[in-house]
Amino acid sequence: MNKIDNAIKTVHHMDNHANHNGYLNKIHPLVKLLITIIYIILLTSIDKYNLVTTLAMSIYLILISIIGDLSIKNALKSLKVVLLLLFILGIANPILDRTIITYIGIVPVTTGMISMFTLLLKGIFAILASYFLILTTSIEEICYALKMIHMPNILITVVMLIYRYIIVFLKEVQRIWVAYQMRAPNQRGVHYKAWGSLIGSLMLRSIDRAQVVYESMELRGFDPDTFFIKKEKAGKKSWIYFWLMLILLIILRFVPIFEIIGGVFI
Amino acid sequence: MHMADAMISPAVGATMYVASGLVAAYSIRKIRKEEDFKKKIPTMGVMGAFVFATQMVNFTIPGTGSSGHLCGGLLLSSILGPFAGFLSMIGVLLIQCLFFADGGLLALGANVWNMAFYGCFIGSLIWKLTMKKGMTKRRIILASLVGCVLTLQLGAFSVTLETLASGITELPFGTFVATMQPIHLVIGLIEGVITAAVLCFVYEARPEMLWNGIQKTEKQAKFSYKKTIAILVCLLVIIGGGMSLLASSNPDGLEWSIEQITGDTEVEERNDTAHETAESIQSATSFLPDYTFKDSESTIGTSVSGIVGCVITVVFLMVVGYIIKIKRNKGNTVNEQN
Repeated sequence: MNKIDNAIKTVHHMDNHANHNGYLNKIHPLVKLLITIIYIILLTSIDKYNLVTTLAMSIYLILISIIGDLSIKNALKSLKVVLLLLFILGIANPILDRTIITYIGIVPVTTGMISMFTLLLKGIFAILASYFLILTTSIEEICYALKMIHMPNILITVVMLIYRYIIVFLKEVQRIWVAYQMRAPNQRGVHYKAWGSLIGSLMLRSIDRAQVVYESMELRGFDPDTFFIKKEKAGKKSWIYFWLMLILLIILRFVPIFEIIGGVFI
Repeated sequence: MHMADAMISPAVGATMYVASGLVAAYSIRKIRKEEDFKKKIPTMGVMGAFVFATQMVNFTIPGTGSSGHLCGGLLLSSILGPFAGFLSMIGVLLIQCLFFADGGLLALGANVWNMAFYGCFIGSLIWKLTMKKGMTKRRIILASLVGCVLTLQLGAFSVTLETLASGITELPFGTFVATMQPIHLVIGLIEGVITAAVLCFVYEARPEMLWNGIQKTEKQAKFSYKKTIAILVCLLVIIGGGMSLLASSNPDGLEWSIEQITGDTEVEERNDTAHETAESIQSATSFLPDYTFKDSESTIGTSVSGIVGCVITVVFLMVVGYIIKIKRNKGNTVNEQN
């Protein structure tokens, strides 16, 4: 099943990338998380007709991809589904919002077209920002950052456990699927007669496994209230990065820098 | 049903974060009071991963050629209870958003509300009410179907409200609801049947695993497929019909959108008024009104120069990035040779 293979590859790829020794990987996770959240808030707060500022926000992503040596091309591949969803949602805008603002040749440009384009760009940029965060920050580091902003330990432990067991279950589901396909060739999905038994048996095994996991965790001294690996606080380098990025984001969002640059050439 | 960040405004996103955060805090408080809460944590993690992985399996829907998947919220709450199920769903949604671009960081609060809150709390309420007189296979099927349909309908309705409150789409409320609800009605029914199949299997094999299942299990109760199917068909007609009425109960929006598309003269007038109103609201609320495409030629000129400037800067940065990359690669090659 391609979907499962792709999911396994995605998790492995991101895990490997997050453990690289790049410049962005060394920045404190809390700083990266805060900058990403600020970026998304500033991006989504842009007016729906403000295409220029939306385009300007791409500068942050380009800079991040250069600093962190990250591939935008690879990131864009994972956007197909989201883009389709946003397109479906945005397609109503050119139909219902038809005020003509200018012409490109004989083709009229309407406010609806602009708002649809802005919506698609916002969608792409917001996902790329989160994608770059996870490419340079491991899940443990993100959980650590969440812990620093006082997210309860129970929730963090659950997130970490889910993440750790995702690969195990994806591989198990993949094995079940292969075994099923070999017994039922040329079948698109699971036959309705096997719906309950196929997943139900895996579910029962999962619950049993959870008990074993709990016992082994308890033997190692697990306590959800005290459990967490302590890490260093954000260093000077991380805070310099934070302030520089914050200033950049504010400039991109609130200063008409591109009108100024464009004005020089026109 | 995952909402992307672009579908939500910061104000709506923050509101939904607060709402979901309060429910999460309450759930944590309730979980802590449970005797075996430490024991429950690994189960929450493992079950979250299970739901995540099994949502990748496609179940063939007989006679259609399409497929569906499990309803995570209801399944989790029927095993773990509403509070633990809700917390597990938060974990699943966070990982889906970070690793698989399903949803977004800003929209996480809204997604938790739309999927986890309804799925776990409304779902478990239906589960509890249905199992009041004891657990039977028929009741499991009934609870799964009603639970999945209702929670998905509520979730889809919330998506509509959140998107409209964010001012993202030009779709009128009536049209949006009429599009969202029937689609999710079908999805809900499919997910309900799949979830029921899995839960029935668990009930057959290990009934004590189901939430509240150990107290009043009536495994020996007579089970008639014919009766169950008849009840389900009636239920589908009632829910389907009811939802269709609900979806089309706002004819103004629908008529408005059809007239917009057909270009009737009466609509032209409404269109102008609507735009005038929208423009006045936009002028009043816009952060940087000079940036927007409105009525002035100079604004368009400024925006065009802005786009040109942006393109130039982006190209410049990409060239710089490319040069840095080439230099980096060269440096690495030299280092390897040394």
